[in-house]
Amino acid sequence: MVEVDARGFSCPIPVVKIMHAIENSPGESITVFVESEVSRENVSRLAQSKGYTVEIEALAEGYKLILNPPSS
Amino acid sequence: MAKKQLINQRTALILAGLIFGVGASLLQKWGNPPNMGVCVACFIRDIAGALGLHRAGVVQYIRPEIIGFVLGAFISAYAFGEFRGRGGSAPLVRFFLGVFAMIGFLVFLGCPVRALVRLGGGDLNGLVGILGLIFGAFLGIQFLKRGFNLGRAVKIPTIAGWIMPVGVIVLLLFSLFKPPFIFTSVKGPGALHAALGLSLGAGLIVGFLAQRTRMCFVGGWRDLILIKDTHLFGAIAAFFIGVLLCNLSLDQVNWGFADQPVAHTNHLWNFLGMTLGGLAATLLGGCPLRQLILTGEGDTDAGITVLGLFAGAALAHNFLLASSKEGPSVFGPWAVIIGLIFIFLVGFFMREKI
Repeated sequence: MVEVDARGFSCPIPVVKIMHAIENSPGESITVFVESEVSRENVSRLAQSKGYTVEIEALAEGYKLILNPPSS
Repeated sequence: MAKKQLINQRTALILAGLIFGVGASLLQKWGNPPNMGVCVACFIRDIAGALGLHRAGVVQYIRPEIIGFVLGAFISAYAFGEFRGRGGSAPLVRFFLGVFAMIGFLVFLGCPVRALVRLGGGDLNGLVGILGLIFGAFLGIQFLKRGFNLGRAVKIPTIAGWIMPVGVIVLLLFSLFKPPFIFTSVKGPGALHAALGLSLGAGLIVGFLAQRTRMCFVGGWRDLILIKDTHLFGAIAAFFIGVLLCNLSLDQVNWGFADQPVAHTNHLWNFLGMTLGGLAATLLGGCPLRQLILTGEGDTDAGITVLGLFAGAALAHNFLLASSKEGPSVFGPWAVIIGLIFIFLVGFFMREKI
């Protein structure tokens, strides 16, 4: 399980961080923390384009996203 | 469900791009300068002039579109629960990235939005600028991929997020009541403008739509290269089609390089000016329009960036860096080179280990 805390970073840094996480840990679930709706949308879009499924949980401050790889 | 939502988002983005493009074309019909229906860089420069921050008499006017962009985003952010006071992500660096972005745009004579407006009016120099912009985004991506970022922002009290929106309301009051310390061009591009209500209304609508759709005229190019994603690019394409079709129907298209309105034909500095602007905007995370929209959402880092754009506009005219119809100025190209060096240093040294 890989965890990326992208809270406080604005577009496109969360997306770049997730790209690196996907490249470095292929086939692993990635848990992402983001702050804004924009980051939630952008990270979801990237993950879906790579075939990941996305579970979104709203937190008191921001969102927790769990990205599950294509075939697991 | 997620897929449907994505399709809806994409449709909204394309529609918003089209509406914005048609609006930019119509604003020219209604009185804005030719091939400058909307130009965020030029319009910020005009406001800087109106406030007396520079003394170029032909480009001084409080452009209501800019006020509308910020307030439209402010209303939208509140309506959809997305207003959040935030800041603290390398504000001084952002300020200077804003300064140099503006200098680059004023060497080309237009922001990423106006580059498309120019091309949609037949000005082929716009295409050279767009190529420079894409190259700038490409350079910025190299830094992003190697761990560049400006650091985390933190949540700050809401009142701080209100400073810039209130600031543009003050600008609106200035343009309504015309106090004697405000400068207004009597000739030149600054004297060409649509009626205040039309400009403000268009700005409010576009500001609202841009906040909802996250439209960005640098982000679209960046995502094409960085993540091979066409989502944000959809707005750029739709905007261009909107401008072009509306211009064609209004007979506002004149193809060619020479004698285009508020433009010059020096390819090298059109290209490199936009390279500087595109690179700075990529490191900042968005084009000048996007910075205004974020400012309306309570992002004080974007607010500082906008102030940097104002300062850059003032410098560009006070130090004779901005280009004119005749081409680049004596000092403009040097400022572009200094800007590129500054940004390369920032991009290289502000990296975290990845």
